[in-house]
Amino acid sequence: MTKLENRPTDNTAAASQVHPASNKFTNWLSHVLADLGKNGIFLALIAVVVLFTVLTDGILLRPQNISNLIVQNGYILVLAIGMVMVIIAGHIDLSVGSVAAFVGACSGVFAVNWGLPWWLAIVLSLAIGALVGVWQGFWIAYVGIPAFIVTLAGMLIFRGLALVVLGNANIGSFPAEYRALGNGFLTDLFGSFPIDPLTVGVGVIAIAALIIQQVRTRAGRQKYGQEVEPLAWFITKLVLITVVIGAFAYALASYKGIPITLIVLAVLVMIYGIIMNRSVFGRHIYAIGGNRHAAELSGVKARRVDFLLFVNMGVLAALAGLIFTARLNLAGPKAGDGFELEAISAAFIGGAAVQGGVGTIAGAIIGGLIIGVLNNGMSIMGIGIEWQQAVKGLVLLLAVAFDVYNKRRAGAGR
Amino acid sequence: MTTNILEMRGITKTFPGVKALSNVTLSAERGEVLAICGENGAGKSTLMKVLSGVYPHGSYTGDIVFEDEIVEFKDITDSEAKGIVIIHQELALSPYLSIAENIFLNNELKNSFGLIDWNKTNHEAQKLLARVGLSDNPTTRIMDIGVGKQQLVEIAKALSKRVKLLILDEPTAALNDEDSNHLLNLILHLKGQGITSIIISHKLNEIKKIADSVTVIRDGKTIETIAKTDVTEERIIKDMVGRDLESRYPDHTPNIGEELLRVEDWTAHHPQDQSRVVVDNVNLTVHAGEIVGIAGLMGAGRTEFAMSLFGRSYGTKISGRVFKRGQEIKTRTVSEAIANGIAYATEDRKTYGLNLIEDIKRNISMASLGKLEKWGLVHDNEEYRVANEFRTSMNIKAPSVLAKTGKLSGGNQQKVVLSKWIYSDPDVLILDEPTRGIDVGAKYEIYAIINKLAAEGKGIIVISSELPELLGISDRVYAISEGRITGELPIAEATPESVLKLMTMEKPR
Repeated sequence: MTKLENRPTDNTAAASQVHPASNKFTNWLSHVLADLGKNGIFLALIAVVVLFTVLTDGILLRPQNISNLIVQNGYILVLAIGMVMVIIAGHIDLSVGSVAAFVGACSGVFAVNWGLPWWLAIVLSLAIGALVGVWQGFWIAYVGIPAFIVTLAGMLIFRGLALVVLGNANIGSFPAEYRALGNGFLTDLFGSFPIDPLTVGVGVIAIAALIIQQVRTRAGRQKYGQEVEPLAWFITKLVLITVVIGAFAYALASYKGIPITLIVLAVLVMIYGIIMNRSVFGRHIYAIGGNRHAAELSGVKARRVDFLLFVNMGVLAALAGLIFTARLNLAGPKAGDGFELEAISAAFIGGAAVQGGVGTIAGAIIGGLIIGVLNNGMSIMGIGIEWQQAVKGLVLLLAVAFDVYNKRRAGAGR
Repeated sequence: MTTNILEMRGITKTFPGVKALSNVTLSAERGEVLAICGENGAGKSTLMKVLSGVYPHGSYTGDIVFEDEIVEFKDITDSEAKGIVIIHQELALSPYLSIAENIFLNNELKNSFGLIDWNKTNHEAQKLLARVGLSDNPTTRIMDIGVGKQQLVEIAKALSKRVKLLILDEPTAALNDEDSNHLLNLILHLKGQGITSIIISHKLNEIKKIADSVTVIRDGKTIETIAKTDVTEERIIKDMVGRDLESRYPDHTPNIGEELLRVEDWTAHHPQDQSRVVVDNVNLTVHAGEIVGIAGLMGAGRTEFAMSLFGRSYGTKISGRVFKRGQEIKTRTVSEAIANGIAYATEDRKTYGLNLIEDIKRNISMASLGKLEKWGLVHDNEEYRVANEFRTSMNIKAPSVLAKTGKLSGGNQQKVVLSKWIYSDPDVLILDEPTRGIDVGAKYEIYAIINKLAAEGKGIIVISSELPELLGISDRVYAISEGRITGELPIAEATPESVLKLMTMEKPR
């Protein structure tokens, strides 16, 4: 996911202008510092991982646990993608947990009660998510009711509807293909080995693609006369990324292979990363969040963008509901409880601004992973749910406080 | 005791990588009105922030001597305790609180139980309001009085703090002529009561009217202090820009071509009060290569006309027809207007023109992302190249196009706004107050850009409150009053008097 972090603004030219570096070393150092400053969230993730690796005597980094980390947090990460987009546009969505529960319940009716084919059940469920998004987007974008109110209402409405659909009972025993969404693995395509060759292969391809993409981006910028980071630092970064992804792939390969959830997630991160960085639609989202009036007077159809954002959030909430239901093999009334808060936390820990206009998909994913590692690490240590909640709350507060402090320091320049 | 109430000696203030003030010296005599002039970014505001303690002692070098003692302010409260009050350009009043509550905010009058004594608060407020010439009820909410009166409330608030040195940062920037006059007279009146004022202003005529001396700052340095008797506009301008401006308006030889835009019977109503006609049957034309000025008082419907034309961004029940080169076009949405070759640069660039948290590059491309799209993706290297070209050609002063627009000075922000619209490749550009709040040097550059666009055959509509500017750059002037076009004058016949007469012409009733 690091490869999607290179939003054009991340070019360090501006930062290096502040320290007019005359010699090579200070120039190099200023780039490193600027990168560290910007990727503070990434460092925070590493710090949390190291901390819990020590505290859990290394259990955290066991292959099985790494695999679990992804599968257990997949649905939060899916929600975080949609949520950060909503937040960048200056809105919020409190209803995603309820929508996930509602769609999970509907999928139970489709796949279990009605016995529809698994793929049809999934498609129908996603369509219901889209409809929910249409409903909420209509009130927010075209009637002009603040998203906070509309989605607070939605939180109640869809929780209620989830209970109605379930009719006071759990729906369980989903078809195997459906369940794979939550706890399936892509593995053993070439037969059974202690280290799954498919997973290793995918890891190698991912690393290669990432390096090619980074090198091409760098070459493109140089061609257009933009300042780029020093070659030594560029290579150092690539090596670090290679090591991290390689170790991650090795861990998965030595357990059960690639979780289906991870595949879904990787595809989403790629698509949405491109949308937010490179597409006109993504630019419009940032523009609206930064200054809605100016965006509208530049021809951005702000209402339509708002509407589409909530439709998109509805679909992603539905997908999260499906993954969660598949994982538990059960559609229940308590599903999705508190998801909205974890997704919102992920976005803010990942650097999104409360006022809108700022945030990245990659940041939200890392924010979600930090929450995931906290959950997982504290569970391994046997810390109770009550303390887990308190710690997570504190981390959210500190992360945003750190961000605010950083911005104030940077902003003091004028 | 010296006659100087304030002396700032050798003030130097640096920000990372920038020396904002370098050895600035400034002194104000007791009971005088001192004007500080300088281009945007010259360091005036930084200097005042040093003086008022926004930048605390220790973050700068040099001495501040106030009433013969060296003062070391830690924050604004410190400086206010000594009687130094600064009134910022953006007023710091709470709109939902009353006048009296605002005046005594954080300085509340309490009774013996420690609760707010409302009778006393309102009574004292009334007395303070009288001193600034206001007779409004002190329980009126701030949002219900005009900007001019709000400015006076700020001064009343300063008076409540027993101000000795009043600093006003561009106090008349948002005021109309009448309110400005009132404010300037008030400053003179306060001077009679022994209050020293420092006024930061771009408006040279008002400086001449009230200032006893003028200190000019350029590039973070004091250039000179001019006594009242020696003050001339030419001298101030020369000091500010560091060179002679032979003319304040660049030469412009009009080369007027075919009719480009024609607006017929354009009418728009107030968005809330739909019975109120704000734009009343406006007819106008613009030719290729022509700079057309629209003169009007504030509230005459200038901006409302432009915004209702530009994608119906203002008003309801809009009617009328628009023709480009004789062909009728529709401008029902902003994107439709842009597609039909119309651009509108708003009067308030910070609120309506720019995304201040985003960089120069992305602001310039905002209205024309379609041009940079390749296979559904924005070609960001191309975007960088385009933005860099504009940075060079428009002389935008910034370290790179990746600098956030919120960090630029007003003149450079305006150049970014113009770049955005020029890049959208319009035939007609409507520029609403294109030089508001920017300094003389940058104004000249903006005029030169406008001339260049006209020379390229574009039609330009300029809306401005500054009549000299409008007459200085236009080829033809329309006057608008109460939403109606009250007259049209070729530039040869337009004098300030003749245009002003049309601008104030009332509707026959």
